[in-house]
Parts: sequence; C-alpha cells; structure tokens
Amino acid sequence: MKRRDFFKTSVGAGLAAGAALSLGGYSKLWASTPPGAKYDMVAVMGGNPDAMFDLAIQELGGMGTFIQKGQKVLIKPNIGWDVIPELAANTNPLLVKRIIEHCFKAGAKEVYVYDHTCDNWVNCYKNSGIEKAAKSAGAKVVPGNSESYYHEISIPGGVKLQKAKVHQLLLETDVFINVPVLKDHSSTKMTCCLKNSMGLVWDREYWHSNNLNQCIADYALYEKKPALNVIDCYNVMVKHGPQGVSKEDIVLMKSQILTTDWVAGDAAAAKMLKIPVETIEYIPIAHKMGLGNMNLDSLNIKRIKM
Amino acid sequence: MRSHALKTIRIIFSVLLFLCFFLLFVDFKYLIPTRYINILLYLQFIPSAIKFYDLGTIAAGGFLIVLVLTLFTGRTYCSFLCPLGIGQDIFSRIGGRFKKRFRRFGFKKPYTIFRYSFLAITLVVTMIWGIYMITLLDPYSIFGRFMTYFAKPVVIMINNVLAGILGKYDIYTLSNIPVKPFPLVVYSIPAAFFLLVGILSFTKGRLYCNTFCPVGTLLGLISKISILRINFDESKCTRCGRCALKCKSSCIDFLNHKVDVTRCVDCFDCINTCQDKAISYGFVKLKKKVHETDESKRKIIVGSILFLLGMSRISNAQEKAVPKPKKDSTVKENRTLPVCPPGGVSIADFNKDCIACSLCINACPNGVLIPSFKQYGITGMMQPVMDYHKSFCTYKCTVCTEICPTSALHPLLLEAKQLTQLGKAKFIKDNCIVKTEKTACGACSESCPTKAVHMIAYERNLVIPEVTEDICIGCGHCEFACPTKPYKAIFVDGNAIHVAAKKPLNVKSDMKTPVEFPF
Repeated sequence: MKRRDFFKTSVGAGLAAGAALSLGGYSKLWASTPPGAKYDMVAVMGGNPDAMFDLAIQELGGMGTFIQKGQKVLIKPNIGWDVIPELAANTNPLLVKRIIEHCFKAGAKEVYVYDHTCDNWVNCYKNSGIEKAAKSAGAKVVPGNSESYYHEISIPGGVKLQKAKVHQLLLETDVFINVPVLKDHSSTKMTCCLKNSMGLVWDREYWHSNNLNQCIADYALYEKKPALNVIDCYNVMVKHGPQGVSKEDIVLMKSQILTTDWVAGDAAAAKMLKIPVETIEYIPIAHKMGLGNMNLDSLNIKRIKM
Repeated sequence: MRSHALKTIRIIFSVLLFLCFFLLFVDFKYLIPTRYINILLYLQFIPSAIKFYDLGTIAAGGFLIVLVLTLFTGRTYCSFLCPLGIGQDIFSRIGGRFKKRFRRFGFKKPYTIFRYSFLAITLVVTMIWGIYMITLLDPYSIFGRFMTYFAKPVVIMINNVLAGILGKYDIYTLSNIPVKPFPLVVYSIPAAFFLLVGILSFTKGRLYCNTFCPVGTLLGLISKISILRINFDESKCTRCGRCALKCKSSCIDFLNHKVDVTRCVDCFDCINTCQDKAISYGFVKLKKKVHETDESKRKIIVGSILFLLGMSRISNAQEKAVPKPKKDSTVKENRTLPVCPPGGVSIADFNKDCIACSLCINACPNGVLIPSFKQYGITGMMQPVMDYHKSFCTYKCTVCTEICPTSALHPLLLEAKQLTQLGKAKFIKDNCIVKTEKTACGACSESCPTKAVHMIAYERNLVIPEVTEDICIGCGHCEFACPTKPYKAIFVDGNAIHVAAKKPLNVKSDMKTPVEFPF
C-alpha cells in the first residue's frame, strides 16, 4: 500500500502548498498614485531605447517619483511571442533592462518580470532576449505558464468582466510598471498599454468570447493600476500584428512614450500608427468609463527630440 | 572467466543506462541535447531495425551490432541494454524482498512451443499487415510508454510541489507545469502491459522476456550458437542448487549441469552465488531440469490497480478549470483526417514505421502530441497524433523529427518544417464569435505565424477571419486559440500527404520613420 500512501501524501502536499500560496500577500494595497509629476506624458524620439528612457524618466523627476525605498516592483513587458528582438513582437530587452536598473537605483527591494505568453513560455522568455536582459540587471524572471500562479480578483463595475484571475506577483508587489510594445493588432487594430493587461490574467479566452474590447476596458477598472506606462515605439510592427511574419512588418520609429495615464498612452500610440483613436474601440470605451483621458490636447505633454 | 566483477559491472552499467533512459523520458525541462538522445537510442534493437529497413543506411545499423554481440556473448543485450529488461530486474529485486529468498526461482521448462509460435506470428503479422504487433511488443516502446504515461506525470507532480515550496521563498528556478492527461482509454494498453510485465517480473524474474518478448526470443535463438556462455565445472559442483534458485530466467538445470542459453540473459548472478566456484563465463564447452509455484500475488495486483487508478485520479485533479462558454457553438467540425506530426511525410508512411514508443510525445516542448485512440484506426492506437485542443505545434521547433528512433518521423530543417503543410485550417463562420456575438475576437489570426489566417472586413466596424490555405502549415495555433465551445470555429483538417506550403508573401510597409511627433 506504499504507493497509495505516496499519492495521498503528494496530493495532500500539493493542496497544502496551493492553499498556503493563496493566503499570502493579499492585504497589501497598491502604493498611492505618485505625487504630482511635472507632465502627464513625456515623449522622446531619436535615441536608443535605454538612452530615451534615461531622458524621459528624468523629465518625470526620476524613478523615485514612482517607487519608494524598499518596495517590490513588477515590470510587465510584452513577452508574448517566440520571436527575436529585431522583429519587435516583444518589448525591447534593452529598455526592460534599463527600467530595472532605474528601479534598483531608486531603492526597489526586488524587481520581478513576467508575462503570460501566447507561444511556449520558455522559448518566449529566452528568444525575446528579455530573460537574459532582466536577469543581468538583477531582476527575478518569474513563470506565468500555469493556472496555479493566478488568483481570482473582482472588478466591481465591469460591464462584461467582473472577475479575473491575475498573477500572484501583481498582488504581492507594491508598484506595477506597464511596459508594452506598440504593435498593429489583427482584431483590436492596436495593442499597447490597455491590451498589454491581457498578459496579467490567466483566462484570455473569456475576454475573446465576451466582447473583447469591453473586457479590455473593464480590466482597467481593477484597483491595481500601473504607476507608470513605458511604451516601446523603437521598432514598431505596423502590420501582421501582433505576431508579425517578417522584417517587412517593422518600421523603425525610435520613439518612446512615458505616461501615468494608460488611456492617454494608447491615444498617443494610435497616432504613431496613424490609426484614428476613436476606431480602436476599447480606447473610447475606457475614456467614457473615466479610466483615463484620450484627448491629448488637454494634457501637459513634454516632447523631446534627441 | 570466473570473476565476481562481471555481475558488478553488469549492475553498474545497467543502472546507469536505466537512469539515462529514465531521464530521457521524464526530461520535462528539455535539457538533454538531441545528439545524446540519438546515441542512447542507437543500439535499441527494434527501432534500429525498422530505421535500417526504411532507410537502408548502415548509419542505422545498431541492431546489427546487437546481433554480432549476441553471437559472441549471448543475450547480454537483455541485461545490459534493454531498459525494460533492466526495469524488470529492478522489480524482481524488490519482489525478492517480499519472499523467502530461496523459494523464488528454480529450473522450469521453457514454453518453447508458445514462444516460438508467438515470435513467428509476430513476424508474419508484421511482414504481411504492418507494424502493429511490434508496436505492442517492442520492449523499448513498452518501456517508453510506461515512462510517458505513468512515470513522467509523477515526476512533474513532484516538481510542482517543489516549485510551490521554492516559489514561497521567491525562487523560480523550478516552475509549475500543468499536467494534461491523455484520453483515459489510451491508458488501457500500457496499463495492461504494466500489470503483465510488472507481476511476471515481480514474481518470476525474466518470465516475460522468455515467453512474450520477440526480441528476447529472437536473440535467444541466436544465442544457441554464441561463443561465450555460462559453463559448469562438474568436478567442483556439489549440486547444491543455489545457482538454479538464484536464476531469474529459471534456466539452470543444475542436476544435469545445463544452462538453457536461449533463456539465459547473462546476468552473472549464478557465478557469484556459487560457493563451490563451479560456475564461470567463458568459451563454449560442448557438454550437457525443479518446480515451484508462487502465491501472494494479490497484494501486488491490488497495489498496481490502485496505482493506476491513483494516476488517472491525480491527472484529473490537475486539469484546468474550464471557463464557462458564453454560448455553445453549433456546427460540428468535419474532420476527415487526423494531423500527423511533422516529418511523417504522409499518414500512411508514418503509420507504417511508428512503434509508439512515445519519445516524441515527451520531447515535444509544447505538449501537442498525444497517443492516438481511434484517429489512425485501431491499428494505429497509441501512435502520436497532434491534438490542437491541448496545444499547438511551435513554429520554431523540429525536436520530434530529430529524435524519432525509427524514422517514422524524418529529420526536418527548420526552414523546411516551416513550409511543411501538415493540414489546412478550415473556418466555420457559423461558430465564430464575430458572427454569433457580433463582437471582436480574432484570437485565431493573432496566433497564426504565417498570417494564413487573417481578418477581413465584416459588418460595422468588425473584422472576421479568412484562411489562405496555400500558406497555412497546419500548426493548429488558430484552433488552440479559438475560444468557442464545444466546437471550434476554426480547426485543422489533416493532410493525407504532407505538402509544401507557399512562403508567406510580405511587402515593405509604406510607413516611414517619423521625424515629428504625430500628436
């Protein structure tokens, strides 16, 4: 009967581990919104991803504006696809690395990086160059491939999406920095700040089958919002998104946008892709729900050319 | 040679080899490079013989080496190189602890008529109808299936428990791996064999090898003319019978000083057990039978059944909680053919050469391969088939084609694999969210690596999928991503013969590098 005992024990241990995980770290609330940065948005053009970030974050008062000493930070790039950095289906690894370095400089206790990938996660992490870049900067790269890492949260006020399972890191860290890469998208026209949140949750199928655009906007209601959005527009996939087929899909734009307002970030990104903002459905929906401001004219934007 | 070292060498060698095979099949981190896998598999008798028959190349001549080895040394293959044989030795050793040591084995008559008829039937069936009986009986494949169906899930569950504990300490070197069980019915054959081989080895040592195994019987025949074998020194022998009781093949007739070489697997246990130093291993000397029954099998049977039940139970427990679909899709997918793995060339070719060892099922980093049940017909049961409900074929991977030991899957370069059409995506508009819900989706098109599935204008602001079949490679990512239930709105119908897909055309965008901010 030893085998049966073994199974009982291992199943029991598994359950216990799962239960223990689900109890930890819920009480911490998000850090309050950062004390007034000088601008609503900083846009930089003409440099390398890391140099542009140095400049842009300085304009916002440095990373210390968003992170307090000893806090834990989650950086959520787009690592969705098993594609090399040059083809820009994922966030630029250089940019991810530089953001992590700034976090540690601002006194972050720990920086985590993860994404719920579409392709095989091991290959995505590796071939995107992000795993190596993040680890070299001292961050912890965490898997998001199994449902066991995700915990249910509720989204009061969501029209279609009232519940979602988010990665435990989102719940356990103090600051969330959203680092999307701007891309064309076959069904939502564009993927950037708001759409990047699909990599935070476990069940994307639900979004796809329950009014995708509404779900994307609904998720933005969730209380743990990004302290900062860093939009990678260095190489931009202008067609065949979000995965891309070849280098013909890429246009070098050498730009970067930093903003605390992810709806505004998406509005600016849409202009980069030359898509009318109103036609990217989830942006006006999110705007109407009061989740951000898509009217760029009413924002204080700092534009820098290098 | 009358050396005690022979047994020690055998044990060390076979345990190491067994560990290699074990790791090969449970390597869930995909750490073992393909070239080492190929070295390990080179000497496996049946895979090598099939590859040789199929390709006619001497590079696939591992089985010839085994034949020569057998001519010289007898059935050393069974003790040194066969993972199922070594596995049985381990089982047998454990079995020995449960029983009174000296009452276990002892000389028994061989089932001569049965085993030679069984070998003959296997050969005839294989030559006339195909590979089915070999698939069932090849010891390497049987071992592979045990590992794949039963051992690997256990290893992964242990990993998951460890990953959970490490995760609490902020260490992520191990990650949780979801266990996706196969359809329950395909467990039946490996489970039956597990009981058969397990019980026989537990109680009777190598009885399975000397009764059912076609490789064992064949090599036994060749051993009749082998040069090296176990010899008796009659002048020293006191006929104490210890050797016969120790012999897991029950092939030593100590009263007549005869060893049945067709059943002797060269384990050398008898040499060490003989207190009179009368037994040795050396050049053949032309020279010239005890009965027992066993009990206490019940415990083992009950234990094994519980083990198997436990397996399926735990596998189910790990299944993902399926989200509730919005609305059920209505049109059933009209699948005419299954999708066979890349490198298979055609379903018929693949079915002809695959022995269902399940190595590719383990090696697939995406877990898209599952053992088939009815997809290839009952004769192709357990051969791997692509299951696009479970996963999809990664665009940048050729692992399964590289490690196949029988050439059922031919090696493909990545460039070739990316243009090999395994099947074609078929769109069922009446199931599609865009039509039924009138909301955006496009999960299929997002996932498509070649953009064979792309979106075209539909009602209002919406876009709906369309398939360009000639650039579709049948990877199944669209089918996997499609959220409709129970029927998918897009699925891959297999090609009987794999064909070349066209390269996706792509033109440079007319968008330019901006010089001013557009906002």
